[in-house]
Amino acid sequence: MKSLKAQRSELANEVYQLHVLEETAVPKFSDQLATFGLYPLHPTGIEVFQMNVGKMCNQTCQHCHVDAGPDRREIMTRETMEQCLAVLERHPIPTVDITGGAPEMNPHFRWLVEACRQRGKKVMVRCNLTIVLANPKYRDLPEFYAANGVEVVSSLPFYNADRTDRQRGKGVFEDSIAVLRMLNAVGYGTEGSGLVLNLVYNPAGAFLPASQQTLEPQFRKVLGKEFGIRFNQLYAITNMPISRFLDFLIRTGNYEAYMERLVSAFNPVAAAGVMCRNTISVGWDGFLYDCDFNQMLDLKVGNASKGHIQSFDLDYLEKRDVVLAQHCYGCTAGAGSSCGGEVAK
Amino acid sequence: MDKTYYNPDDLKKFSKIGEFGKELADKFFSYYGEVFKDGELSAREKSLIALAVAHAVQCPYCIDAYTVDCTEKGVTEPQMMEAVHVTAAIRGGSSLVHSVQMMNRVKEVSM
Repeated sequence: MKSLKAQRSELANEVYQLHVLEETAVPKFSDQLATFGLYPLHPTGIEVFQMNVGKMCNQTCQHCHVDAGPDRREIMTRETMEQCLAVLERHPIPTVDITGGAPEMNPHFRWLVEACRQRGKKVMVRCNLTIVLANPKYRDLPEFYAANGVEVVSSLPFYNADRTDRQRGKGVFEDSIAVLRMLNAVGYGTEGSGLVLNLVYNPAGAFLPASQQTLEPQFRKVLGKEFGIRFNQLYAITNMPISRFLDFLIRTGNYEAYMERLVSAFNPVAAAGVMCRNTISVGWDGFLYDCDFNQMLDLKVGNASKGHIQSFDLDYLEKRDVVLAQHCYGCTAGAGSSCGGEVAK
Repeated sequence: MDKTYYNPDDLKKFSKIGEFGKELADKFFSYYGEVFKDGELSAREKSLIALAVAHAVQCPYCIDAYTVDCTEKGVTEPQMMEAVHVTAAIRGGSSLVHSVQMMNRVKEVSM
């Protein structure tokens, strides 16, 4: 499967995606927030510095909001990473969350992880698992992660091959299990090791995730019993109606019903805890966004003069108005959704 | 009047039945919400029971709603199909067990 960009799909265009979302007959997201006194939405502080180091990926998942894949070439340069590190040195932002694409495919990835750790930051990496087996040069990633105390956040949309492979590609489940075993072998998911392995569940279709409380025991039981896999937590994440998932929704006639479902499940408690309130997201080219989803829709932080890592202004960013659009309903449905799973505990 | 008796969009209007009788509707939805919470049975188990019952009463709205609800709650396709086979077994069995009545009657009226 090719990325939407390689297919020259209309939905590879951010403006067109926003147009589709705006044209849908559901209440304005900003009006919903206003009803609960949350508009304009402001940050509560910046605790997470999320770096999207590129759109290159070894997989082409059906739901990918990045439209990542092997045909994408946009990756963060070492120079931009150095600018990020300079910001991290200047400010006490505790956590660096590295994502992609497959972030490991960026040639400066290991250097970046070590540099963040040397600066005392907690480092999370969003690993698609299969990258570890994609090429011999990635085989030692579990040891590298363990040596650097990286928190590994791994996608695994279901505990069986059928649903996982339908979303992520044939053979992905089998490879994912093999890599989870490799991570377990170096101590990940083992009590007392200090090495944290969290799994990410996201629905393989046009439906919302059940609560983490419902899903986590099922994952723990099946992965433990059938495959001997250990993990720390399961994060349940809602699929955002943008990019490739939006394409899926429209192609299958599920788009309007999905949007209505998101709207009917709007939860003001989740809205108050959305991740854009404690996160700043840096794109591969150094531009700043409220979250990875806004990044993919090219919705840069409000003030253009302060919208790049070169002009990073923490004081401004902590007081900014978060940029909102209709896709934001994806983060406020039910128990809410963020890169750390549910937000309304 | 619609040209079909069932309209998928009507499922979304279920909560509007209070328009013709608010008090009973409120009581029903309050009860309904309580029934499906985690209890001695998990919400997941209850959803699977609801799916099986939906097939027994052959309610297309309920089948739609509880197929999605089961999927969201991590019920697998083989598990859903097994639940429907339970429906079929009970429905089939309930017909067949009445054949005893038929057999009894035949024996009563026969020489």
